[in-house]
Amino acid sequence: MDAPGGPVQRGRSMLVAAAIGVGLMAAVDEIVFHQILAWHHFYDRATPAIGLLSDGLLHTAEIVVLVAAGFGFADLRRRGALAPVSAWAGLFLGAGGFQLFDAVVDHKLLRVHQVRYVEDLLPYDLAWSGSGVLLLLVGAVLARRGRREGAPVRGSGR
Amino acid sequence: MTHAGHAGTAVPVVGWLVTVLLVLVPAAAYAALVRARGRPWPPLRTASTVAGLVLAALAVSPLLGPHDPRGHMVQHLLLGMVAPVALVLGAPGTLLLGALPVARRGVARAVLRSRVLHVLTHPVTAAVLSVGGLHVLYLTPLHALAAADGTVRALVDVHVLLSGVLFAWAVAGPDPAPRRPSVTTRAVVLVLAGGAHAHLAKLLHAHDLHGLRDAAPLMYYGGDLAELLLAVALFASWYRARPSPVSGPRRRAHPASPHPDRPRRSRVLPPPGTAVQVDAGQA
Repeated sequence: MDAPGGPVQRGRSMLVAAAIGVGLMAAVDEIVFHQILAWHHFYDRATPAIGLLSDGLLHTAEIVVLVAAGFGFADLRRRGALAPVSAWAGLFLGAGGFQLFDAVVDHKLLRVHQVRYVEDLLPYDLAWSGSGVLLLLVGAVLARRGRREGAPVRGSGR
Repeated sequence: MTHAGHAGTAVPVVGWLVTVLLVLVPAAAYAALVRARGRPWPPLRTASTVAGLVLAALAVSPLLGPHDPRGHMVQHLLLGMVAPVALVLGAPGTLLLGALPVARRGVARAVLRSRVLHVLTHPVTAAVLSVGGLHVLYLTPLHALAAADGTVRALVDVHVLLSGVLFAWAVAGPDPAPRRPSVTTRAVVLVLAGGAHAHLAKLLHAHDLHGLRDAAPLMYYGGDLAELLLAVALFASWYRARPSPVSGPRRRAHPASPHPDRPRRSRVLPPPGTAVQVDAGQA
């Protein structure tokens, strides 16, 4: 999928944008729910040891991935290799994938924290997973539309 | 340093004198090297070095007493993470090599090629020394020892600064180095070291080690800031070094300059480049 030297790099565009989607979703989670609403916190005293360690690694990986993807995106644009529709697809797939991962792995499997500390958690968990699935669906539709991207450009160039 | 106990009286003159000297002496040495180099030196590198020296000196100045938990944490953030990034971006190695007399360059080259230096400056070694050192400080009686003894505290401070500089240099230093590990290796080490740092911050918070519960979030988010700075420095160098088919928008702005070696690309690239910008704006 990644065609080095080809004018438009669809796979790379999608990958770089997906990484940006992951980073943006993580940032929204951190800023809106941790900092502004304070639904969950820096540390909730119920987090098990494995959750604590994985949380530290996930958190730092998000920062590095976001910066790497930012420069990767700039590089694609500089070389005129960006496939816009595929990139938008990647952005939605990354954001949705992170949201679903956060809902299932972080909250339920690793139990890093819960969405909100209330008696009936189900609506919150459903909202988290549901929004993740919705974002993934939008990404999938865009990815289908972006499949032809790059082909006409390559043809007209020769 | 010995007069730190006099803080109760008025302005701690000796403390501030040391602070000023800690900035002026290395800054003067740096300026002397810039002069000895003879050729122009980027002013931003000098500014970065001075900023790093000021931040490191402020960290050990009378401004931040080591007995207040938050002050202690800010001191460590400045000394071990923020000041090192600024100092390393001053490219001291490049400056030193450029200022050396030609006769001594062979010695410098031999040092740069030595195996000991390669092992010491490997990102993994640097991460173990800096983040591992922090684990030793907080998870052993060393912290209590440093709080009681000024000499131990000074040694810990020196280690924090030097290991921080080593880590920043190994991960994102602009200085050229033979056999520097790949960008991927350095990014992975940065993530692992950052994760270990964040984990240690959460441990301090969870178990209220050394009464640092309230200071731990500072360590956690301060670590983020340092990691962000290092990641930007690392990937910016990747971006600059990356060969681009058309060398940047500057070249594209002068379509008159022909590319005899790559005629196809120079014809193909500008139209999709402009089309991409329009599409991205609409979508």
